[in-house]
Amino acid sequence: MDLSQYLEIFIDETKEHLQNLNDQVLILESEPENIDTVNEIFRAAHSLKGMAGTMGFKRMQRLTHDMENVFSEIRNGKLNVNADMVDIVFKCLDAIEGYLTNIIETSDEGTEDNEELINLLNGVLEDNKETTEAKPAEAPAPEVTATSSGGEADKKKYLSVPIADFEKNAMKEARDKGLHVYATTVYIQESCLLKAARAFLVFKGLENKGEIIKSVPSVQDIEDERFDLDFTMFIISDKSLEEIKKSIENVSEIKEAIIEEYSIPADDANGAPSENSEGDKKETKKSKDKDDKKDDKKTGSKGGSKAVVNRSVRVDIEKLDDLMNLVSELIIAKNGLVSVSGVSASQDQSFNEQIEYLERITTNLHESVMKVRMVPIESVVNRFPRMIRDLSKKLNKEMELIMTGEDTELDRTVIDEIGDPLMHMLRNAADHGLEPTIERLTKGKPKVGTIRLDAYQDGNNVTIEVSDDGGGIDVEKIKRKAVEKGTISEEQAEYMTDKDAVDLLFQPAFSTAEKISDVSGRGVGLDVVKNKIEGLGGDVEVVTKLGEGTTFIIRLPLTLAIIQALMVEVSGEKYAIPLNSIVTLEEIPLEDIKYVNSKEVINLRGTVIPLVRLNGVLDIEPTEDSQEDGLIVVIVKKGDKQAGLVIDRLLGQQEIVIKPLGKYIRVPKLISGATILGNGDVALIIDSNTLV
Amino acid sequence: MDTVEVLDTKQYIILKFDSEQYGIDISYIDNIVRLQPITRVPHTQPFFLGVINLRGEIIPVMSMRRKFDLPEKENTGLSRILIIKVEGNAKIGILVDEVREVVTLSEETVEKISSENGDIKSYLTGIGKYNNTLISLLNIGSLIADIDSTNV
Repeated sequence: MDLSQYLEIFIDETKEHLQNLNDQVLILESEPENIDTVNEIFRAAHSLKGMAGTMGFKRMQRLTHDMENVFSEIRNGKLNVNADMVDIVFKCLDAIEGYLTNIIETSDEGTEDNEELINLLNGVLEDNKETTEAKPAEAPAPEVTATSSGGEADKKKYLSVPIADFEKNAMKEARDKGLHVYATTVYIQESCLLKAARAFLVFKGLENKGEIIKSVPSVQDIEDERFDLDFTMFIISDKSLEEIKKSIENVSEIKEAIIEEYSIPADDANGAPSENSEGDKKETKKSKDKDDKKDDKKTGSKGGSKAVVNRSVRVDIEKLDDLMNLVSELIIAKNGLVSVSGVSASQDQSFNEQIEYLERITTNLHESVMKVRMVPIESVVNRFPRMIRDLSKKLNKEMELIMTGEDTELDRTVIDEIGDPLMHMLRNAADHGLEPTIERLTKGKPKVGTIRLDAYQDGNNVTIEVSDDGGGIDVEKIKRKAVEKGTISEEQAEYMTDKDAVDLLFQPAFSTAEKISDVSGRGVGLDVVKNKIEGLGGDVEVVTKLGEGTTFIIRLPLTLAIIQALMVEVSGEKYAIPLNSIVTLEEIPLEDIKYVNSKEVINLRGTVIPLVRLNGVLDIEPTEDSQEDGLIVVIVKKGDKQAGLVIDRLLGQQEIVIKPLGKYIRVPKLISGATILGNGDVALIIDSNTLV
Repeated sequence: MDTVEVLDTKQYIILKFDSEQYGIDISYIDNIVRLQPITRVPHTQPFFLGVINLRGEIIPVMSMRRKFDLPEKENTGLSRILIIKVEGNAKIGILVDEVREVVTLSEETVEKISSENGDIKSYLTGIGKYNNTLISLLNIGSLIADIDSTNV
């Protein structure tokens, strides 16, 4: 049985349902009386069961079935929601996720029966039965019987299907050869969730028995699930009627197949054309009706959860990567054209206009492709409320998670990487950040600790803040610990600023937790978080106030592959500085350079900014003429800190494509990548964050 | 050191350094390109000259002379960059003085040698004889592994 083509849909939809269930059960716990939530949960659980069954995942189906029973009791008001029950349900959801993981990895659900969970679920029902007279509700059953009425004749839909001349000829020919021509209308159960899959199996089965010469709706429409609950086929076969019927009805969730030897309509040469066209009209009208009906049905059944149907397409991320690569190539080619047009001065006006036009288009194209790749961070953060709930129980601390800006969008590649770091930080906030409940009360703080996750777009960056209203970071404690570990000396500790001390937390294997818990505190974490975020071209900053709480601020670039950069020259070498970290460009007279701790600084409109000689950090000899009357300084920022990078010459702004430098060459942190210039040369990209 | 099995015959690209000839198993070679501008990378391993652009891909280039502690020499019109492809589609460029020819060596003309640590000999798999000249056969696998170990 080939269901592999439905596996992907199954996986996606199961994920959605699971997430939905997690969310709704959380709501249910706080609002046990919310009937909408209960209905939503029941729907999702029921769909899960149906899908698992369709795909033949028996264990998963069994677990979801028993879970559904529990929800059904709740819906019927026969079972009250309590914390224990919610715990069991969450365990079930985890177990289902376990099945799903197995399925994703091996296309098989695995062998875990989760007998224990099933017993627990049944236990919930049993306990309840003792007090109330409850009978298990078989929700889909009445629906099925409700529709099975209606005259037998009406069901023979094939009788009203118009047959084209060539089809009639084919049928006659077949009959002359002694083959059977069958007409059949197949009805699928209303509760069936993967109608197309069922229909596909019917087709598959029949292909072995004979030839399907016509189907209404068309095979394509059926595959795309553009049909109601029935479809009609005409089959030429040498097999018996029973055998064909059996082949169809062997497919599960097929309600029935009406089949008979088809009596080929008489050839009416004169009447045929008009009849046909009339038939066609009828047919189109009918299918239109069907569509309408189907639409009604869709909005009707899904109305509760998704009122707005998105006009969207699922696209494989690899295809988008390909597209992005092509756009990158196009931009490099365009840059080449621009640099050629700059060299030869004798250009006529129209050529330059066309170049500018091309530039506009490539920029827009890039933006559009970028937008396509953007995903709301919701897909990452929506699992956190559940996690915080579990942590709250585990750590025995009362806490709540407030999230804002879940709709903030980031590049898909960033989204894929950002989940773990965020999870680490939330765990940190829950474990180290928030004080134990008793301590909070004695301090006069609200009993329930608050953890916030706020995301927002800030220019070309996206900022995500993870904050808690806990005890804050004890700077002195960190210093003591660092001295103890030999990371810094006593003297260093004395003169270390609070900010630098907090940065020690990002050192590998540095944890201030007194005791190691299985939530956090093993010293792996913050350094990994920092590396990961820096690897994505972002940075992390900590703001903390003892007694009031801690905020981790993560800044991430909107996009990874293509950025706007300022091209500069340093001692004859070309470098790119990403535009999003640049504040201003300044020309500083030599006499304005001051010295603090024998380091060069400038005073720019009241702010003292350290100077960084790029030729020094890049290990190049300075050129003679570069210091005649003043310095060209690029002011860059990282958080609220600034630095001035001294360069020789500005070459202008350019859209650049970031490329890695290859595997074997050691690249200093200062260099974040390379790009190909219009003339084919390679220029390195300076990560100014490392210089501030 | 892992040794490359020499089965029957193998083709080698012959490089010339001063008076010596070196051979590289042709199956490692992705491409041979003329000298082109190399962008210096600061603070990298000393034997890396920098990076080049090979049809839109950035490839690091090392100097054979620097790697094997041979005296530096001006690049000439004969200088070439050998593009070596390593496992996982990673590529590395090696700047060499001169590429001479491709020869086929059979197993019996290759003499395996034991490795000595330190100099170029530790990267050799054997010595091949061809037309009364001797060719030192380079073990690219161990050379790459060695480079990889310096990238920390």
